[in-house]
Amino acid sequence: MNVLVCVKRVPMVGARIALTGDGLVVDTRQLGFTMSPHEECAVEEAVRLVESHGGVVSVLTLGPLEASEQLRDAAAIGASRLVHLVDAREWDPIATADAIVDAVRTLEEGAEVFDLILFGNEAPDTGDYQVGIRVAHALARPCASGIKNLEVDASAVRARREFRGGDELFELTVPCVVSVKEGINLPRYPSLPGRVRAKKAAIEVLEPRWRESPLHVEALRVPQVTRERAEILGSGIDAVPALLALLERLGVLT
Amino acid sequence: MTSSVVCLVEHDESGVIEASRRALSVAATLAQSSRANLCAALFGEVGDASLEDLADFGVNDAYLVTSEKLTAFAPVAWARSLLELAALVDASAVVAPGTDRGNEVMAHAGALSNLPMVANCFSAARERGSVRLTRQRWAGSLIEESRLDASMALLSVAFDGVTAQRAAQRTAPVVHELHPELSDGDLELRVAQWRDRSAGISLADARVVVGGGRGVGSAEGFAALDELARLLDGAVGVSRAVTSLGWRPHHQQVGQTGTRISPELYLVSGISGATQHLAGCQSAKHVVAINTDADAPIISRADYAVIGDLNLVIPALVAAIKQRGSSGS
Repeated sequence: MNVLVCVKRVPMVGARIALTGDGLVVDTRQLGFTMSPHEECAVEEAVRLVESHGGVVSVLTLGPLEASEQLRDAAAIGASRLVHLVDAREWDPIATADAIVDAVRTLEEGAEVFDLILFGNEAPDTGDYQVGIRVAHALARPCASGIKNLEVDASAVRARREFRGGDELFELTVPCVVSVKEGINLPRYPSLPGRVRAKKAAIEVLEPRWRESPLHVEALRVPQVTRERAEILGSGIDAVPALLALLERLGVLT
Repeated sequence: MTSSVVCLVEHDESGVIEASRRALSVAATLAQSSRANLCAALFGEVGDASLEDLADFGVNDAYLVTSEKLTAFAPVAWARSLLELAALVDASAVVAPGTDRGNEVMAHAGALSNLPMVANCFSAARERGSVRLTRQRWAGSLIEESRLDASMALLSVAFDGVTAQRAAQRTAPVVHELHPELSDGDLELRVAQWRDRSAGISLADARVVVGGGRGVGSAEGFAALDELARLLDGAVGVSRAVTSLGWRPHHQQVGQTGTRISPELYLVSGISGATQHLAGCQSAKHVVAINTDADAPIISRADYAVIGDLNLVIPALVAAIKQRGSSGS
């Protein structure tokens, strides 16, 4: 089983997001970085699939030089092939999908195709909800989105997701594309040998083809917080009578 | 011929769902600013309640998409049908609710038409050849203002931060049937099976949510929160830290990558209030926070706060509610 996972490096923002002076980008100088949460689960899912079916997990990222950290994080839990499309600009979803499609074609040339290409359902920062779907169409492969349970055998993929208090099942044939959501698994912590291996792992570098976006971002702003300051009901258990009275007032006591 | 704005409308037996009402509001404003007709596209069995709702939101034409091939939800077929309708009514924009299905169908429409798709917009207005948009980033913790240049705008509407606004004047929508041309390939991806998983009160629909974070201290620490939720006919919701620690299953997670809640009361304790979490509870009507740190971000997002240790306050509250119950009866 040949699995490719596409991941994105994103800042770990705190309770309030700070912007740079021109208001066009998030000020990340004080922030750490991570892989998108859904994608952490995608990598874990790929590693589990290969552990039970055999094969290779490849991981691809489009991002600045520093995004090699996220590739190495994936290597630390079991990804063995790392591919980096190096570019520090902000890519829109169409350009991102095009760059990934180009890379997939290059990687599949003269080699086996990827049975499964995994994405996170959406990136936490831009939240575009579409890169995986665009890649699937360009490669003429089926794509299931928002998946929280995946069963795979030789040629079939059964993918489930939540819908209105139940779950719905999609059946796909390989090769296919699946975007997953956090909760599909609980990602493992990397082992010490895993970390050592990741440090030494080779990274293949490809140059992505830039494309201008039809969406022109003119400004970013932090929304006004409607609740300015909470009314303090009290401290510790002394506040319980006031809390009880409040619940009564809100009509939530049965 | 007048151009149109098409809005994908999701509905159930009780009418148009809330997310679609919000999408209709944004689509109506866009139609107005483009002097365009507002067309609604509906799939599946459409009840009278839904048609009534369309009139409230100023829809001029309602298209019921019918095909014997469409027996279950099929995202590519839905996207193909929307594009066929868009061509038929000369649409300058197609708008969908920012639900899982809405975003998915619009992404397929974007891929099929090779047009950009902009997800989670708050507002959209025509400005000469472009569409001026505001949209969510970081699940609403940041707002983007942008301009889209495309022959047809494909948009989805944010779940939070948009109010469903009824039109000033009710319309009498003309109902049409649309029989889309669908290939077998369009139907390859479809729901093969649905199974009911609902057990107890679901987090998304709960009137009361009792939230707990890392401050609860352990998996066992949740016993008091479980009991409080039971007493209030509510559900327990947790932070991402709690599910990452394995204390609670992921389906109880409130936040950007978990469930988005909109209860009457969110009683949240032991959660500091990271962006990831706050994104999931923006629609809570009343927020009461219990936290040891008076400067925690959650306190400034709450309506009421108790400064103190949740492991003392919650059991005391549970006891007080029980005592009230026994003395009252």
